[in-house]
Amino acid sequence: MARMATTRRVMISTAAAWLFGFLIFFPILWMGLASFKTELEAFAIPPSFLFFHWTTENYATVQERSDYLHHAMNSIIIAGGSTLIALLIAIPAAWSMAFSPTKRTKDILLWMLSTKMMPPVGVLVPIYLIYKSLGLLDSRIGLVFILCLGNLPIVIWMLFTYFKEIPRDILEAARMDGATIGRELVYVLTPMAIPGLASTLLLNLILAWNEAFWTLNLSTSSAAPLTTFIASYSSPEGLFWAKLSAASTLAIAPILVLGWFSQKQLVRGLTFGAVK
Amino acid sequence: MKHVLGAVCGASCLLLAVPATAETTLTIATVNNGDMIRMQGLTGEFTKKNPDITVKWVTLEENVLRQRVTTDIATKGGQFDVLTIGTYEVPIWAKKGWLVPLANLGADYDVADLLPKIKDAVSADGKLYAAPFYGESSMVMYRTDLFEKAGLKMPEKPSWDFVIDAAKKLTDKSAGTYGICLRGKAGWGENMAFLSAMANSYGARWFDEKWQPQFNTPEWKTTLTTYVNLMKEAGPPGASSNGFNENLALFNAGKCAMWIDATVAASFVTNPKESKVADKVGFALAPNTGLGKNANWLWAWNLAIPAGSKKTEAAEKFIAWATSKDYTKLVASKEGWANVPPGTRTSLYQNDEYLKVAPFAKLTLASIDAADPNKPTVKPVPYVGVQYAAIPEFQGIGTQVGQQFSAALAGSMTVDAALTAAQSATEREMKRAGYIK
Repeated sequence: MARMATTRRVMISTAAAWLFGFLIFFPILWMGLASFKTELEAFAIPPSFLFFHWTTENYATVQERSDYLHHAMNSIIIAGGSTLIALLIAIPAAWSMAFSPTKRTKDILLWMLSTKMMPPVGVLVPIYLIYKSLGLLDSRIGLVFILCLGNLPIVIWMLFTYFKEIPRDILEAARMDGATIGRELVYVLTPMAIPGLASTLLLNLILAWNEAFWTLNLSTSSAAPLTTFIASYSSPEGLFWAKLSAASTLAIAPILVLGWFSQKQLVRGLTFGAVK
Repeated sequence: MKHVLGAVCGASCLLLAVPATAETTLTIATVNNGDMIRMQGLTGEFTKKNPDITVKWVTLEENVLRQRVTTDIATKGGQFDVLTIGTYEVPIWAKKGWLVPLANLGADYDVADLLPKIKDAVSADGKLYAAPFYGESSMVMYRTDLFEKAGLKMPEKPSWDFVIDAAKKLTDKSAGTYGICLRGKAGWGENMAFLSAMANSYGARWFDEKWQPQFNTPEWKTTLTTYVNLMKEAGPPGASSNGFNENLALFNAGKCAMWIDATVAASFVTNPKESKVADKVGFALAPNTGLGKNANWLWAWNLAIPAGSKKTEAAEKFIAWATSKDYTKLVASKEGWANVPPGTRTSLYQNDEYLKVAPFAKLTLASIDAADPNKPTVKPVPYVGVQYAAIPEFQGIGTQVGQQFSAALAGSMTVDAALTAAQSATEREMKRAGYIK
């Protein structure tokens, strides 16, 4: 009897989990389906779910009209570059705050977070003027720099939380064995913090990949990433839903695949230290 | 460790290297509308004639483009050489010295051929500050089959009473057919474009001669009450989130018996590739109340050169090409006369080939002629613009008022409360901007 109840409970919770997962995935699925419809079918009422005339013409049109690879390459460089630099700065910063805290560490952490409390549009004009003077408008390096700055507080906070979970005794043992700070960081701390580092890296990569405000405002064509590629298919006068869906599917495909393959690391990292 | 860091930094620097730019490269910012996409596709024809010029396109959604371009032009960023801007921006930006006057469009450009109303809208102090690419007004699009079935006949110049009555008769909610589809989504260029034009036909105005907001007048109350009641009885559900595209989708799917919106929609609703009702659409002028003004607006998308551009000569060459009579012929030869950009040149409306394939041409021209940006409504006004007031503050005010009116349509606010809120918000902004004390 007890086993039956347990089996039923497992079945119900499995079904609920699948349903919940499906609901969350549905918008992406719908976008993918719409990208294979004609414009007429894309807004048909009632909408057709699977039984429609499948076509790849939207992808052909998108490819013909815009240079997808150019935008994708910019996205990879901007998201990858900003994540890499952010990690290079954040690892030592978080390390020092976690293992050698001072009186002001908490204040510094809070101050860092406070920079995320203002909407970015508030500093658009000053940043735009600075970038104009430095010749950084529409440059990849400019976008890498601004996205790195934007995400740095989150990266430091995440790493700080992970590092705090690492027992200090292990570090002390390493020091007893004569490890220098550099060796301690590379051989002791980093391997232990790999799940945390991996999830920080992935999350930051996704945030930078999807960042639309700065990338739309500071780039025109040379440095334009996939966010501007999508924006160019949104129209106030004209129905281009199928083409917009095709462009969006192409834009999220790389990050979706990356997320798919690394979901284990991501989940492990995000729940790191959650259960004591 | 040092080696690792060095290698990473070196690799990053290599990846981040910025490519060198070409000699005369024009960067053109535009919106993603059908006619602009066609122009983008035909760029090769321009560069073939001008081998020393290359063209880069930046296509963005209207609101994003407006923010992007305004930031650049206000800071003299110089990122763009040609801009696509609306008739709202042209007089404001020309006054601020942000635009280069177009004086060298060439001998064969034929400025006199531009439709007078449109030409006025893009000129300031007698100088042309932008060249119109396509122009539009608004009109009634209706389903001839549904009208016939109900025994109704649409007059060429319908009154609001007729439209309201017909909308109620044609509504069959159980069959999913609605008498009328109108804009409800908040925004100065969304619901307020329609409502300002409708208000003009009821004799209302945004401001009196002393810039005093007028939402406390009976004309505005009649306008908003009529609109809300009509949409409640004969409009589609969730209308408060419908803009141009949503209504276009509804109309093309056969859900609306009437739709009052941009004349440019006419080519979409009559295109069998996009519309299920392509062969059942009729057109009429926007409704009136007998006061001498129809509920139609006037708008044009124009090409202009920002003051920060260092490639003025090449930019002007491009603008002259894209807005010329020859460009119209080029589009016609490649994609047919039905696809040429409408509403800018008189000669187009005298062209038999165009008139043959565009059943909506006559009404588009009549609608454009019926709108007067200098005298938009019955009473005198201190501003220029039919569905907007061409002052910098209007974008913000228009959107705030649009939100109140959208809330009234959604039923979360009464008409009176929406009008009171609109009046106080507009008064506050106008005081802050120094128009009134």
